[in-house]
Amino acid sequence: MVKYRSPAIRRYLTRLAVLMTLYMVSLFGAVTLFRNDMVGGPMAWVVAVVPALPVIGVFWAVMRLLVEEPDEFVRLMHVRQSLIATGFCLTVMTIWEFLQNFELVAPGHGGFGAAFFWFMGLGVGALYNWATMGTTGSNCA
Amino acid sequence: MNNRLKVLRAEHGWSQQDLADRLEVSRQSVNAIETGRYDPSLPLAFRIADVFDLAIEAIFLRE
Repeated sequence: MVKYRSPAIRRYLTRLAVLMTLYMVSLFGAVTLFRNDMVGGPMAWVVAVVPALPVIGVFWAVMRLLVEEPDEFVRLMHVRQSLIATGFCLTVMTIWEFLQNFELVAPGHGGFGAAFFWFMGLGVGALYNWATMGTTGSNCA
Repeated sequence: MNNRLKVLRAEHGWSQQDLADRLEVSRQSVNAIETGRYDPSLPLAFRIADVFDLAIEAIFLRE
């Protein structure tokens, strides 16, 4: 069986690999700088935000995939997956927020922010596509 | 929307992958259209009609 992989998916995977590498490097750098008290003042704000930029870049890469994918059915699968991810993320974060408001869970999120749940939601979306359309939409193997 | 894609494909002796290659789409697209889970856009419907050298209404049928 031939695995469908359009140039758009190949570009997406390349972008993802670059962005994830940048994320790991920037996160390691930021953690090292903060743990060793090597950064302060306005520069601390910059260093703290830098690891977020590759994560934002992944959102951009997903949106580019939706624009660039030439196969309309595969594109539909990606759109459904992204919408489910968005709904999943908003649902989890909203529930979490109310639990915090009523002091049933501790403040903060232990490192599991909105991006984590959106990416987890992509997995939920892939499962939903598989259950309802017979394909995950990820690579249409 | 019903369609005669599976019958037409069989008449030509093509696999889903063969048809997908001719349409420049994924095999899953062909499968989804064939099984009625996905209705193609008008441009793709025209491409399918061109591949079989038929009119769109000879392939896609009202339910």
